Amino acid sequence: MNVMNITSAQYVAKDSDNICIKATIDGVEMSVPLAPGNRHYDEIQRQVAAGTLTIQDAD
Amino acid sequence: MSRARDFADLAGAADAGGITGKNVAINGAMQVNQRGDQSTSAGSNTYFVDRFNVYIQATAAANLTQSTDVPSGQGFAYSAKIDVTTADTSVGASDLGLFRQVFEGQNVQQLAYGTSSAKKLTLSFWVKSSKTGIHIIEFYNSASTARQQSQSYTISAADTWEYKTITIDGDTATAIDNTANAEFYVQWVLYAGSNYTSGTLNTSWNNVTDANRYVGQVNFFDSTSNNMFITGVQLEVGEQATPFDHSESYGETLAKCQRYYWQVAGSGLLVGQGFYFSSSEVDCIVNFPQTMRATPTFTSSNNSGDFGFMNNSDNFDTWTAQQFFDGSRVNVYTISGVSGTAGYSGYIRMLNSTSKIQFDAEL
Repeated sequence: MNVMNITSAQYVAKDSDNICIKATIDGVEMSVPLAPGNRHYDEIQRQVAAGTLTIQDAD
Repeated sequence: MSRARDFADLAGAADAGGITGKNVAINGAMQVNQRGDQSTSAGSNTYFVDRFNVYIQATAAANLTQSTDVPSGQGFAYSAKIDVTTADTSVGASDLGLFRQVFEGQNVQQLAYGTSSAKKLTLSFWVKSSKTGIHIIEFYNSASTARQQSQSYTISAADTWEYKTITIDGDTATAIDNTANAEFYVQWVLYAGSNYTSGTLNTSWNNVTDANRYVGQVNFFDSTSNNMFITGVQLEVGEQATPFDHSESYGETLAKCQRYYWQVAGSGLLVGQGFYFSSSEVDCIVNFPQTMRATPTFTSSNNSGDFGFMNNSDNFDTWTAQQFFDGSRVNVYTISGVSGTAGYSGYIRMLNSTSKIQFDAEL
């Protein structure tokens, strides 16, 4: 019920740990926490599981 | 209405557990509008007046605004307005448009669904639309085996405020999961394709069959001349619609809304206390006015000099990311375009009218 247009997703790392996902959702760049219950994170995970989205590694 | 009738109604509502804090819906008077005007995004939810969003799965589009068009003499100052900007006259089978509020499961446990004591629920609201005819409202429980029921109401006269009430039975079969997540939906249907309309309208709690969800719904999106206003949304336990509860102050409603969304926008406003974590990184602790429902998504504006580290005249365009959320605060940081001495501290301000930070824990 929370479908979104996610056109890019990439982990952001600090001190070698991934701390969030930088994602472009509905045309807006967002800092999405790695937190189940956050609707953007949950949708990213749904689309990854569906094979329609890949989260790029951090730079 | 007579005083005796008022007391009888109140007694009935009290018996049903519907007096204290009776409105389960948040911001039903459409007073709080932190985001400002919005436009729909195809295939997505678009939040506008706080706690309400429009979902459109198609090419149709609308402007979503807070309006001052309200039913006369009812004590409302605002309504939510949906104004069609792109029509959809050739409705595809999967096309769908919804106006809705989504509820945390833990906020509707009083309905006692999944037990023999499941409570009736009454929705009341004011609506005005240029599109007359049959409209559908859906009540949806997103349990592992989702449940739903739909009820119809009729907009009888174009461009005229009408008061509607709908009462549904409780669902004795399936509980609403007791979580802080999206578990219960109240959805005003705007239009729907044949995937949702080809069966028989399901008017009691059942497992979801898409074809039975929105049967009979008119196409609100059949003309760019169409618009709809809604206010006075009240969802209360029991079978009696009582007058809208105006006793809640703006501040109380705002606080409820800030559990789900909060922003700071505009020139001269404070972001928080910051410091140079290193010579090329500025960190800032942002304190939220309310404990948020979940770790929020952070969005920052990104324009030349939107933010400034004030003891060093070190202006920068945007924030890189967030970390260390603890419910009521978070650390945001930037590693782009800043330069200073590690350990130096100062306050961080918004410098432009375009400056904005947003924290979104919506459902």
